[in-house]
Amino acid sequence: MDFHTPSSFEDASKLAAEATGLTRFLAGGTDVLVQMRSGTVLPDNLIDLKHIPGAQDITRTPDGGWRIGIAVSGARLGDHAELVADWPGVVEGMELVGSTQVQGRATLVGNLCNGSPAADSVPGLVAAQASVEITGLTGVRTVPVEDIPAGPGKTTLQPGDVISGILLPPRGENGGDAYQRFTPRTEMDIAVAGCAISLRVDGDTITEARVAVGAVAPTVRLVPDAADALIGSTLDDAAIDALVVAVRAACNPIDDKRGTAEFRTDVAGVLAKRVAQIAYGRAKGEAQ
Amino acid sequence: MSKIHVTTVVNGDEVEFLADPRETLLDCLRDHLGLTGSKEGCGTGDCGACSVTVDGVLISSCLMLGVEAQGKKIETIEGMANGEELHPLQRKFIEHAALQCGFCTPGILVAAKALLEKNPDPTETEVRYWLAGNLCRCTGYDKIIRAVMDAASEMRGAA
Repeated sequence: MDFHTPSSFEDASKLAAEATGLTRFLAGGTDVLVQMRSGTVLPDNLIDLKHIPGAQDITRTPDGGWRIGIAVSGARLGDHAELVADWPGVVEGMELVGSTQVQGRATLVGNLCNGSPAADSVPGLVAAQASVEITGLTGVRTVPVEDIPAGPGKTTLQPGDVISGILLPPRGENGGDAYQRFTPRTEMDIAVAGCAISLRVDGDTITEARVAVGAVAPTVRLVPDAADALIGSTLDDAAIDALVVAVRAACNPIDDKRGTAEFRTDVAGVLAKRVAQIAYGRAKGEAQ
Repeated sequence: MSKIHVTTVVNGDEVEFLADPRETLLDCLRDHLGLTGSKEGCGTGDCGACSVTVDGVLISSCLMLGVEAQGKKIETIEGMANGEELHPLQRKFIEHAALQCGFCTPGILVAAKALLEKNPDPTETEVRYWLAGNLCRCTGYDKIIRAVMDAASEMRGAA
């Protein structure tokens, strides 16, 4: 195995495109090293992206949003008070990934590119309308996060594509987001179902919303019908009922050892209700 | 397959080793540097027995490659006691009988030390969550939690 430490994303992209055999990018390594250890992925080339300038940085963008470097760990996200104040739902999703030790290394981009339908950080990014900057052979482009997962373990990234940053939009006034998942244990487990909601209020009325679900379909899914159920409402009982119905209608889960399809669908609705209440409270400035 | 020369600082001492790029930091600590205090329980980041800090951040050394240690500062269980003088956490683990077979103990001590450096006055719940990635199959955890809480209390008093 050859180990590469490129100093730019352009070089990383070129290395990956020209390499022969199996190639993997390395940031936090909490999935790649496990795959190497189990023998499911034995790369011929490992491209460490952590030395690229900006890879470790969290910076405000000129429009008031955020740019998160591809090697920023969950622990560093959680320690960034301003980012947490803007996007608590994004950060709490990432912080549910693995143990304290895993948090010291694991990254948002890694969680996204691993392609798990149950990735805890992805619904929050989708609800927040985050995008990723991709450096490829033909240049740099920006793509919504929800367009990256293609199925379990698969992404829409092409050979030579490397994600070079995550972009969060400006939070703006009166906004709030949240993420919750269900697991049989409180820690060190993989989501049976998850839901993230980001919304904005004007007084008591919800004016904007995005709802995303995880672990209940082959990919994390954006649910526009669920957002429509919230928009224009004051999160009254009728709106919550409509939200729950829309979320359950968007579920297409599998039966497995962690939960049946029926259970996952039911729980996704329950989580949507709870998450909407938390996001609504945060949008209205109530401490949660 | 060429080996890569790595220079790093472990427990305050500059060290160097030649690493196959596939070797984990845990492999390098144990096999190249003879620091066998960090244990391999699972090798997949689930058990915490290989916990170390890298530039002050708690990680599983089985989830990091040795070649990634270039230029970093690593702290392992071997650096915890000051000569013959045990760290308060180590002393409290003995007092509370917070270990039986001891395989998980180095990782738990390193993880608990990292917690107390970040939060000297944690609640019991905070300790339990912080240590959720450190598995112990002997003690049932209660004595471990009590030892950490007691050590935290003593360290606050001494400060």
